[in-house]
Amino acid sequence: MPTTAANPLALVAELTHRCPLHCVYCSNPLELQSRANELSTGTWSRVFKEAAEAGALQADFTGGEPLARPDIVELVRNARAVGLYVSLITSGLPLDEVKLDLLIGAGLDHFQLSFQGAREETANEISGAKSHQHKLRVLEWIKRYRIGLTLNFVIHRRNIDELEEMLAIVYNSGPGSVEFASVQYYGWAFANRENLLPTRQQLDYCIERLDRAEEELRGKTRVVFVVPDYYAKYPKPCVGGWGRKLMLITPSGDALPCHAAPVIPGLKFENVKNRSLGEIWGHSEAFERFRGEDWMKEPCKSCERRTQDFGGCRCQAMLLAADPAATDPVCTLAPERPKIDAILAKTNQSQRGVSAAAPATNRLATPDWLYRPNPA
Amino acid sequence: MSVDLNSRPRFAAGCRMGENNNQRVLLMPERALRLNGPSLEIVSRCDGKHTVAQIVGELQLLYSKAEPRKVEQDIVGYLALLHKERALDFEP
Repeated sequence: MPTTAANPLALVAELTHRCPLHCVYCSNPLELQSRANELSTGTWSRVFKEAAEAGALQADFTGGEPLARPDIVELVRNARAVGLYVSLITSGLPLDEVKLDLLIGAGLDHFQLSFQGAREETANEISGAKSHQHKLRVLEWIKRYRIGLTLNFVIHRRNIDELEEMLAIVYNSGPGSVEFASVQYYGWAFANRENLLPTRQQLDYCIERLDRAEEELRGKTRVVFVVPDYYAKYPKPCVGGWGRKLMLITPSGDALPCHAAPVIPGLKFENVKNRSLGEIWGHSEAFERFRGEDWMKEPCKSCERRTQDFGGCRCQAMLLAADPAATDPVCTLAPERPKIDAILAKTNQSQRGVSAAAPATNRLATPDWLYRPNPA
Repeated sequence: MSVDLNSRPRFAAGCRMGENNNQRVLLMPERALRLNGPSLEIVSRCDGKHTVAQIVGELQLLYSKAEPRKVEQDIVGYLALLHKERALDFEP
């Protein structure tokens, strides 16, 4: 390879696919790993040590619901012991005050609490579970500690109109940061895209309102807004560049350059049970495949933005252009961009048509969601 | 924002120093900041005990060849940036 691998900066540890929620946009693959296939406490702890040795600074514990692991406190302690900054990306659902105290005592650095909406009925519909009230309780408990806190609101057509109420939760709880993360279309979200993609009008409102929120919250809460990339002019620098910044370990130990990478046919993933993390990062087919620029085609190959966005997302290129080495189709320079424009036109057309003709109750009728199940 | 010279900067919740491969870093939720030279000297004094004025004084001694007024401006600007990024709070 002409491009040598820099250090990985972050390890994304998908500790389990088990989850009490069934969110219709879950980023987990459609084929979920069962509990029986999950890595042991010992293997995860070795992985944390190898990640730190390879240069990683951060470990993001996610899932599924990472709190579904009975050994979560030990995992936090072991990751922190090798010097990693430990974030818990959680629904907060299986949490009680005792567990919270143990996690913080074990050295947890940062809590990222997800919200599916601001209203109970919306949140419960999206997550397929009664979850919202408990999250608000968890938020009250966390506020008693001096610990990093990020609120994460996942935004889409069904809840974007609750933005003002979401902001009220932010103003009341004063987290260090808040992310309004638009759903991106992979996995379960891809399957439910028709009901999730916001309209242009909703998006414009969101951008305008969050610009104001950023001013109002300056010095208190950092506001991050992730736009749905279908509406962007240029692609997102997906995972900060393939094999460039992060590596994701699945519950069963497969090492992925990106959580959606299994959609790319023929890509072979190595497992941390068989090789060290450092070796997999530096020398493995999956991580080297789209590292650097050799794989690029036009228009990326000669584009001056290639060092900023790295050609966008390989998995999205696969999903929408059936070619993982194509320019990300969301890029307005991509030959496949008309596909995205057609999807947007349909979204904005149908929304206009419905709102003009149908009464409000019809407009809010529950869509026919494909819910993410719980693995065995 | 204006930085009060008598306030005492300290790390915001969820922020701490870290180190990897002999590189000191400021670890923050979702981010990390490499610290070298002056940035390391400043950040390692953000302990809730040093006032901004004391940090300025110590760095003016450390970088005695630089123009003292410029050192102060740079430090105040850097602290304001870290505050905006939610890495620091200023204690009275």
